[in-house]
Amino acid sequence: MADAKRQVHLAAHFPGVNNTTLWADPLHRSQIDFSAFEHFGRTAERGRFDYVFLAEGLRLREHKGQLHELDVVGRPNTLAVLTALAAVTEHIGLVGTLNSTFNEPYELARQLSTLDHLSGGRAGWNVVTSSDAFHGANFRRGGFLDHGDRYHRANEFVSLAKELWDSWTADAIVADRATGQFLAEDAADAGAFAHRGAQFDVRGRFATPASPQRYPVIVQAGDSADGRDFASEHAEVIFSRHSAFDEARAFYSDVKGRLAGWGRTEDSLKILPAVTFAIGDTQAEAEEVAREISLAQVTPRNAITVLEQLWGTDLTSYDADGPLPAFDPGEGPADTVSGTITKGWAPRFPNAVQIAQTWRAQSEAEGLSIRELVIKVAGRQSFIGTPSHIASELDRYVQERATDGFVVVGTTSPHGLDEFVDRVVPELQDRGVYRTEYEPGATLRQNLELPEPGARVAAVRDAEEEVRRVG
Amino acid sequence: MTRRPTIAVALDGAGWHPAAWRDPSARPAELFTARYWRDLTQFAERADVDLVTFEDALGLQSSTLWSTDERTDQVRGRLDALLIASFVAPVTERIGLVPTVTTTHTEPFHVATGVQTLDVASRGRAGWRAQISGSPLEAAHFGRRTVPTIDLEALHRGDSEQIRPGFDEAREVVEVVRRLWDSWEADAIIRDASTGRFIDRDRIHGAEYEGEHFSVTGASIVPRSPQGQPLVAVLGHQTIPYELAATSADLVFITPLDDAQSVSILGEVRDAEARTGRTGRPLSVLADVIVVLESTPAAARAALERLDEQNGSPLTSDALIFAGTPEQLLERIDAWTALGYDGVRIRPARLPRDLEQLADWVLPALGRSDAAGTTLRERLGFELPENRYTAARTSAARQNGEAA
Repeated sequence: MADAKRQVHLAAHFPGVNNTTLWADPLHRSQIDFSAFEHFGRTAERGRFDYVFLAEGLRLREHKGQLHELDVVGRPNTLAVLTALAAVTEHIGLVGTLNSTFNEPYELARQLSTLDHLSGGRAGWNVVTSSDAFHGANFRRGGFLDHGDRYHRANEFVSLAKELWDSWTADAIVADRATGQFLAEDAADAGAFAHRGAQFDVRGRFATPASPQRYPVIVQAGDSADGRDFASEHAEVIFSRHSAFDEARAFYSDVKGRLAGWGRTEDSLKILPAVTFAIGDTQAEAEEVAREISLAQVTPRNAITVLEQLWGTDLTSYDADGPLPAFDPGEGPADTVSGTITKGWAPRFPNAVQIAQTWRAQSEAEGLSIRELVIKVAGRQSFIGTPSHIASELDRYVQERATDGFVVVGTTSPHGLDEFVDRVVPELQDRGVYRTEYEPGATLRQNLELPEPGARVAAVRDAEEEVRRVG
Repeated sequence: MTRRPTIAVALDGAGWHPAAWRDPSARPAELFTARYWRDLTQFAERADVDLVTFEDALGLQSSTLWSTDERTDQVRGRLDALLIASFVAPVTERIGLVPTVTTTHTEPFHVATGVQTLDVASRGRAGWRAQISGSPLEAAHFGRRTVPTIDLEALHRGDSEQIRPGFDEAREVVEVVRRLWDSWEADAIIRDASTGRFIDRDRIHGAEYEGEHFSVTGASIVPRSPQGQPLVAVLGHQTIPYELAATSADLVFITPLDDAQSVSILGEVRDAEARTGRTGRPLSVLADVIVVLESTPAAARAALERLDEQNGSPLTSDALIFAGTPEQLLERIDAWTALGYDGVRIRPARLPRDLEQLADWVLPALGRSDAAGTTLRERLGFELPENRYTAARTSAARQNGEAA
């Protein structure tokens, strides 16, 4: 087994509402018509991906007090569109972001269980947390959580959801006409639960029987220390933002190193960074494609917007083809900055002043305009080259344990994945590191080569048993 | 104008009789599978049923009111209705899809975007049955607030004020959901490459709703859906629910048990419309009826008795229980139509058996639906509604024009 090659895992990110998506491209179609989701899902399935991923919208983004108009705006309800997608696909996993702050465990656990039933075991849940009043203003409870309590609630939410999913045994339903027994004799209290914790005090009967996977695959994307701890306890996949090789490998070893503390093995968690591509017949052609994509993503107005997010102030008077502002971002903390000028986007700049100084120094040293600088620091594609070159790089990342695979981010809807599937996937298959067919009837968890849920509980129990026996 | 009466079919589990899962036609081991729901809905569509509803609740079925039971001889467990409807949306083409979604413990914002997305995925065939939850058991599943137990005896004596708070909240929920459905004007997405603007932000409007029970500030995340306003339905048995239907809904399902009630309840619905000052199209009124269909009256009665026997007690229901022949059901439907009902919502006692009987013997006798288009609104003869913000601007422009 030591010689067996590690397999590459791929997921596909539906083109989203940030400037990665090239809506002005003539190839771009509606981002909301169901046919767009159908094409994208079927393409990912043709490429033998593990899953498609859909982010969630809870409020339209605002910049400088108005709706942000430069990027794609408008998206579907995550659960409804993923369940519709289940009807027109057969193998592909269906993973969506669903917020643990603006949902309640009983309802969301039922919905995810329903998705898992109707898709035949293909559901996944990207657990995100939120505490801000901006999103909260669209919900009954508003922004009721302290920032530090986000993960307390998320942790207890996921634990409670698992209690609910465990409240029906897999063999609770016998449906025996002859005996008149719908539920097994020992399942008369199917769904019974009682939970009392700091966040939730609930009891009753859960209304949805055990689904094929029992739990959806739990995905997590937060990068803070709390986020990493949450991930090492609950997550089966981390949707990571670390795509540069050294950074990715450092992240991989940090997170995987935490697993043992939770009684988990390296294989029980897959790390998949988000990556973008520019493909060409030659390296030079790919570089040209990459340049075109970057210029389309970082328009002059978009470049100024990025700067305004960092500086936290209006910079419309600046020329995107000119130098950066000579002054530093006014008041320090990024939370204040992103809270005042940009609403509905995750804060991207933990230390605004330091970043601004670094950017200014780089632009002066290399003679870069605002737009060129933004392209360089934020707009470059992760992998640029021929299909063969890209496949080699993806393979190297996985074999050298920088990642377990990748989340491919499409730049146009719905065809953004076509070229990757047509040209890069066969190269991976030729290298023997990527499936050529799905296992018939495999669940998402099986496609991701993850252990069945409950295995960890059993492992801990066995270990305790062993300790008692030896002791 | 004469239209075929509207035929809705209410899908739930193995059918509306608690012993239905033991019928030879039933597929009790498949109640939680994709295939079961796809088959039922596609069958109903081929039979030219106008719309199907999907039942739901935020709790487990029970044979007792306001408490759980430990019976093992009846179907227990349900899938989420909005998601079943979403699942069948892309694999059907003409039939309306109307899931039940509770207003009491859910987030109005999620309800709005979920039904809008159903409307997108079905290309304009979405509806929503808004239902309150008055169950203390369901409240305990959420642990956020308690709901007072409804005193049914008092309710039957006419003390209906106890149910008013839940319905007041439901009215607010429908109001904010409708605002969110209108929050994007049809032409809000401009994709203007020359200015770099994807949207015209003057055509997107925050809900700006502050009610007694909750507030919602922003616009929907979903652009305007094909119907703009999916159809809203309410099931009612009392004055207060009729008033909710009159103020907030497009369709009302009612439960007359005999000829006298068929007249009196319809009258109450029309009174509620007048009292609440409803304007525009009157409510579409459908009578709910549980059906056991067989080729002779005796066979239908025997089938019902057999189910009752298997269940250990006679079926009880809020709606009329009809065990008879297709001809008798057609007479019943004719009688309601003659009184001014728009149609019926059939609750098949057994699935698929009574749906198959309906398809083979009842629907053909009613003639094909003469739907003008593919949306649910068109199918039921509703106009496509104008967006409130677009209408206000057009009207303001007209007035300015007149002034000039």
